[in-house]
Amino acid sequence: MPILFNEMMMREIIMDHYSHPRNRREGDETYKTIYMDSESCVDKIYVQAKIENDVLKDVCWHGVGCAISTASTSIMTELLKNKTTKEAEYIIDNYFKMIREEPYDSECLDEAIVFMNTSKQAGRIKCATIGFRGMDEILKGDKNG
Amino acid sequence: MFDIEKIRNDFPMLKQTMQNHPLIYFDNGATTLKPNQVIDAEMEYYKSYTANAHRGDYDIAYKVDTEYESARKKIAKFINAGDNEVVFTSGTSMGLNMIAHGLAYSYLHEGDIILISEAEHASNVLPWFKAAEIAKAKIEYIPLDEKGRVTLENLKKVITPRCKVVALAHISNVLGYEIDVINFSKIIHENGGLFVLDGAQSVPHKKVDVKLLDVDFLVFSGHKMLGPTGIGAMYGKYDLLLKLDPLMTGGGMNTTFDMCGHIGYQYPPLKFEAGTQNIAGAIGFGAAIDYLNNIGMDIIEKREAELKEYAINKMKDLDNIIIYNSDSTSSIITFNFKDVFAQDGATLLNSKGIAVRSGLHCAKILVDFLKTDATIRASLYFYNTKEEIDYFVEQLKKGEDFLDAYFI
Ligand SMILES: Cc1ncc(COP(=O)(O)O)c(C=O)c1O
Repeated sequence: MPILFNEMMMREIIMDHYSHPRNRREGDETYKTIYMDSESCVDKIYVQAKIENDVLKDVCWHGVGCAISTASTSIMTELLKNKTTKEAEYIIDNYFKMIREEPYDSECLDEAIVFMNTSKQAGRIKCATIGFRGMDEILKGDKNG
Repeated sequence: MFDIEKIRNDFPMLKQTMQNHPLIYFDNGATTLKPNQVIDAEMEYYKSYTANAHRGDYDIAYKVDTEYESARKKIAKFINAGDNEVVFTSGTSMGLNMIAHGLAYSYLHEGDIILISEAEHASNVLPWFKAAEIAKAKIEYIPLDEKGRVTLENLKKVITPRCKVVALAHISNVLGYEIDVINFSKIIHENGGLFVLDGAQSVPHKKVDVKLLDVDFLVFSGHKMLGPTGIGAMYGKYDLLLKLDPLMTGGGMNTTFDMCGHIGYQYPPLKFEAGTQNIAGAIGFGAAIDYLNNIGMDIIEKREAELKEYAINKMKDLDNIIIYNSDSTSSIITFNFKDVFAQDGATLLNSKGIAVRSGLHCAKILVDFLKTDATIRASLYFYNTKEEIDYFVEQLKKGEDFLDAYFI
């Protein structure tokens, strides 16, 4: 996918995912669940994934958050659903690289590149990464466990 | 004379920019900016008379003792306490921990009640949980009224002679409401309880006289009143300090001890100051008190009331702003942009150079009274100006465009 969103499109994507978050629901006990919150911001989010044979069969989330955390988590769930755990790890890694302003593979990030400017508001980096960090921990936990 | 230009010149931070805008600092409830006088006083200790306190026989060590104790005297006078009734702490949280632990070991008994309110700062809640655990005491809460205030009526409803300690914020850090301390003291003492006042949000902004208010303990932080971080004060009535168990033990707070466990403690306040203290911080705190005294606490209180009223009147005219505490007397303004999450609103203001805080502040109040997930808090201090408020209000009008913060 060619990714050259202009500013207008980026704003629209963020607002769309904020107003209509995707995969915002609670998974049952077959899902791996992780709770993400932080002392320094308001976001409190549960990230959930159903992993079968190293494939993310389903990814969902619920909780409260600002526009940036809501939209980025929503985009994350769409992006990672039905990916293998390996692919998911690659995407998450590149997302973090983008946020840190390091060279990254934009192709694999699809809509998630709308958060490329997050470092302009350093206080919100936590919000733009909360869902991705949650998934990262689920995947790491899965590997260890 | 209140010379705002001269005052602002004393604060190097007021010359800073944020996101390419002149900094507008409206987060004074979290911490305040420091004037050169405070920075210099602290630096002077490091540059020209470093030595430990209460430990040396040479001239420089003597000067340290003199300056350290002189800072204590300034703080004592500031709240109308005796010099030996003021203990240096690292801040309000440490003060509250010292009192809670001390009372748990030396005063509270099984079944006693510790009374707090539903609107306290975590630092005035968690130490009491610990104290309750240690002494097998119980925590009970003064319910809030319909506006989220702690009122005398509600205190009267729940207090009994079993309430051995009542610990409350003088001014709430969430909504800025002030309690009627004098009358609270009366009722609490009539019931035989001790009154611990959390002055973190009051002592920096108005005259607080411990004798007039007749509180048993008062705690506050230097950094919220122009002073350095990591320094604060705990006031206790002298006879209570004599009985209070020290949380910290160690060098400097004992007179004698032997291997059989016989220990002699120093008298208060030294009894509570184990180990090398934050000497530079204490000296800086003293300089902050001088600075506030030079302006005058009455003038500071009046100026802040004016700024608050000015801000509220302008904010009230904005259709997209919800104010939660327009009638509170302190300089804390709790608000939200309509239909914008608090954090996004605060980020928009950040992108315009304005420092405010978004947060949960107090879950109970948010859920029960404000009916929102989070709020934005703007908290003013005397060095803020009407021009800053004008600019702030202009930016508030742009709430809808909060994503602008990411596309500048
Ligand atoms: C009412 C109240 N109590 C206690 C504290 C804790 O103060 P410190 O962090 O300086 O210990 C604060 C600071 O935010 C406060 O507002």
